[in-house]
Amino acid sequence: MSLWEYANPVKFMALSGRILPSATLLSAALLLTGLVWGFFFTADDYKQGSTVKIIFLHVPAALMAINIWLMMLVASLVWLVRRHHVSALAARAAAPIGITMTLIALFTGAIWGKPMWGTYWAWDPRLTSFMILFVFYLGYLALWQAVEDDDTAADLTSILCMVGSVFALLSRYAVNLWNQGLHQGATLTATKESPIDGSYYYPLLICIVGFICLFVTLVLLRTRMHIRLRRSRAVLAREATR
Amino acid sequence: MLALFKRDILLAVRSGGGFGLALAFFLILVMFVPFGVGPDRAVLARIAPGILWIGALLACLLSLDRVFQLDAEDGTLEALATSPIPLTGLVSAKAAAHWITTGLPLTLASAPLGYLLGLPVEGYIWLIASLGVGTVSLSFIGTFGAAITVGIKRGGLLLSLLVLPLYIPTLILGAQVVTRAVTGQSPVASLALLSGLTLLTLALIPAAAAMALRANLR
Repeated sequence: MSLWEYANPVKFMALSGRILPSATLLSAALLLTGLVWGFFFTADDYKQGSTVKIIFLHVPAALMAINIWLMMLVASLVWLVRRHHVSALAARAAAPIGITMTLIALFTGAIWGKPMWGTYWAWDPRLTSFMILFVFYLGYLALWQAVEDDDTAADLTSILCMVGSVFALLSRYAVNLWNQGLHQGATLTATKESPIDGSYYYPLLICIVGFICLFVTLVLLRTRMHIRLRRSRAVLAREATR
Repeated sequence: MLALFKRDILLAVRSGGGFGLALAFFLILVMFVPFGVGPDRAVLARIAPGILWIGALLACLLSLDRVFQLDAEDGTLEALATSPIPLTGLVSAKAAAHWITTGLPLTLASAPLGYLLGLPVEGYIWLIASLGVGTVSLSFIGTFGAAITVGIKRGGLLLSLLVLPLYIPTLILGAQVVTRAVTGQSPVASLALLSGLTLLTLALIPAAAAMALRANLR
């Protein structure tokens, strides 16, 4: 029994079909708890007032936007090395979710930025990096759309994802040389004790886990959709030649 | 490989259209800037480094779809892929030929165009140095984009969408070299970073582009 067994689409469909209902319930419960707790049962910040509560959407979305690209990179590498179709389709399924998360992070940041920084948008390295990430997602999605043959499309998008990761990383550090930042640095780290007060920290943590569950649910759902699409296309092609 | 390199340069020079086109585009783009922002010398001098870099970058993009397209259409690319030259060598020769016919002329043309925009005197040598180093990486990254889109009909727009995000670090560092030079800071560190970036693309891109070509030719 190994992970690679689920590279078989039949096994993947069976397993994901079994996981999906509970994953959906779990993400709904977590998001509901986290967001309701965060929005209605935490105190206002003494400086930022109630605008601080946007972190319950902004931080998880921004985390996911970056980590979904990483997940696509891993899935692309698995496709290039082991040629498992489910892996290529999972990368394809994740990209629209990733671009949505990027947009959520940008928009919630803008909404928060207007009252706090006095502007919706600033050419700050972090903000700019996210806009760059958005463009990388766009190119990746456009390439999937443009190539007709499935395997070639999977190959080319995987290669683009690999090269794109290197250049996205380079851009992320290049923008640091280019302009001074307005955005605060990382506050949540795995190694240090959190400087965030507990009343914010726990709902935020629940929201982050909720977003991760939501992503897993959506990516399973969309991968299943792509597998079914491909199956129905194969059936149609067989009917046409008969 | 050398023969291929020479052939590509000759084709670009003799077939017309491709060679002078990038230069003409660069000239027109620079000419448009005063129309857009007004002829004020001080404003133009301030934005000149960025304009020259963006202009050169966009001009570089123009001839990219020709890198593999013509060879793919008449079957030369398949013949080349089955020849004893490794695909990475093929890609490098193509990219080098693209640089000689696009990047190098653009670099040389940037100095007179910089004068038109009133670039301060200290900037010229750094402008030429940064473009000379930076356009190499632009050509190689662009060749990668061309290799990805070679099988796509009318892939020109898609090519720009794929390649332009990859140009971001080169643009940032390249324009920074010139900006630092004209504002009296030392541009050496930026130029070193830019050179490092170019070396990285030289090491990385041929392999990736060869992979893309292989996927497209299968």
